[in-house]
Amino acid sequence: MTAVSVQAASSKKRNEGLNIDFWLPVAWMGILLFTVAFADVLPVRDPTISDFTALKARPSLEFWLGTDVLGRDIFARVIHGARISLTVGFFAPVFGMVIGLFFGMIAGYYRGKFESVVIGVVDIILAFPNIVLAMCILFFAGATMINLIIVLSVTSIPANTRIARASTLVFAGREFVLAARAQGASKVRILWYEILPNILLPQLAYILSFMSIVIMIEGSLAFLGVGIPPPTPTLGGMIAQGFPDINTDPHITFLPALFLFLTVLSLNLIGDHLRKKITVRQSAL
Amino acid sequence: MYIYIRRKLLHLIPIAFAVTALSFFFIDLLPGDVADAIAGIGTDNAVVDEAAVQAIRKDLGLDRPIVVRYFSWLGNAFQGELGKSYQTGQLVSDAIGLRLPVTFQLLAMAQFLAVLFAIPAGIIGAYRAGKVTDKFVTTLTFAFLAAPSFIIAIILAFLFAVMLNWFPATGYIPFSEDPIGNLRSFTLPALALALIEWPILSRVLRNDLIETLQEDFISLAKAKGLSNIYILLRHALRPSSFTLITIVGIQLGNLISGAVIVESIFALPGIGSLLVASIHAREILMVQGIILVMAVAYVAINLAVDILYGALDPRIRQ
Repeated sequence: MTAVSVQAASSKKRNEGLNIDFWLPVAWMGILLFTVAFADVLPVRDPTISDFTALKARPSLEFWLGTDVLGRDIFARVIHGARISLTVGFFAPVFGMVIGLFFGMIAGYYRGKFESVVIGVVDIILAFPNIVLAMCILFFAGATMINLIIVLSVTSIPANTRIARASTLVFAGREFVLAARAQGASKVRILWYEILPNILLPQLAYILSFMSIVIMIEGSLAFLGVGIPPPTPTLGGMIAQGFPDINTDPHITFLPALFLFLTVLSLNLIGDHLRKKITVRQSAL
Repeated sequence: MYIYIRRKLLHLIPIAFAVTALSFFFIDLLPGDVADAIAGIGTDNAVVDEAAVQAIRKDLGLDRPIVVRYFSWLGNAFQGELGKSYQTGQLVSDAIGLRLPVTFQLLAMAQFLAVLFAIPAGIIGAYRAGKVTDKFVTTLTFAFLAAPSFIIAIILAFLFAVMLNWFPATGYIPFSEDPIGNLRSFTLPALALALIEWPILSRVLRNDLIETLQEDFISLAKAKGLSNIYILLRHALRPSSFTLITIVGIQLGNLISGAVIVESIFALPGIGSLLVASIHAREILMVQGIILVMAVAYVAINLAVDILYGALDPRIRQ
């Protein structure tokens, strides 16, 4: 069998019928977002109140996912923890994308010295392992939601800048940009009206991947005890707290871990699906 | 080749410089300084004694301007002198030197295992591209990409240490004392890191291999009647592994982040767990020293990867 025939087989036959590896993750994210958004209205227990008659309870009708070491409802804590993960996971990549787009586009269009400086700065940020960087800053600057968002947006700047720069380089050489230049459009105008609309969609296709990475880092930080401090529930914090009892009550650790895993997996799957759609559109142009 | 290396080195100097400066300023400019930390301010049982804080500040040279302090810190760092812990009195360089081999062994084993998983997976994925086996491997990579290192580490600890009792859950045995025990204590942590690393490597290799398999020399090899396995391993693998090598370097940052978590979970005395402990103990000099070592190691290894890349593929030296 040759690789050529192999390729042809893979590009054929796609998007037939209901695509479960797209709609299942969308459904999961939809339900999760709804529950997280309306947790205060829905019949979700208070995540900080202990029921000392039911410590480390197994999942039951009363406690859907059981209770933790202090008798707190795991379902409520998971929902409130997911609220933090999703808030951070939304804002940090968005800020990272805006900053990355700004520097990446200027670097890719103006080239020259500015470009070398931007590439250099990106290399410098990359030299600091993201969790290490976030851990140090958070611990000394205080682990608040705002600081968490700032720190994690910094970690998604390098990749965003690189993607924005690469796609700007591609479009800067296209005819319509040349035409705009010939008509005397300013550089800012070209970047804003000619290049940005073209590179925004591919850039957005990556944002779901950055969201999943940020959510994983947030979980890791909370796990290491440098995330948002208790009593606020975080998924990472719950996993760390359940870990000592893992041989007797594994559900305390694994249920929050499962939520984190499914959320990240869903974001990756949705992102991958959208990315494929967008790349097809681009190659068909 | 010589010019290529020189150009890479020239690009490196400002970056290395900036990395040292950031390691210093990051920590130094954050609220709460070393003297406060030593005097116990910020902890629960703080007794604020302004004179004592001033004395400590003078003792550490903190009363000098920050730029002066940076250059003296950098000068000392060049001589391997990073200050000492104010709680135990241990030299920062000693503490790091003692724990660096552990992290190094962990990363080397993890990287080795990751490549060991990624190469067969990538080859199978490319060889059967679009078929059920390929879809299976792709699904597997997706699942592992969605699992943060601490979750994988916990699952491994649960399965192989708690349930099956095959490997120790925590603890570290030096290689010189008991080589087998040493490898056993490293297996789970290294496996946890390898499992987050291999999907990325495998996907990169698969995509490059698919491209290589469409080259003319592969058709020629097929025409000669060589077996598929032989073509894949001897003809296609090497020209497809350039991106893989670069990714191995770039992923090192991720791997170090993972090491911090995994070392803490499995209680391995590497610099990652030292960093976590130092941060909680507010050992600022220790934190600065460790971040410096990590960042410099990252830059140095990526330089090595670039040079290796240039040696393997003459086209990119231009």
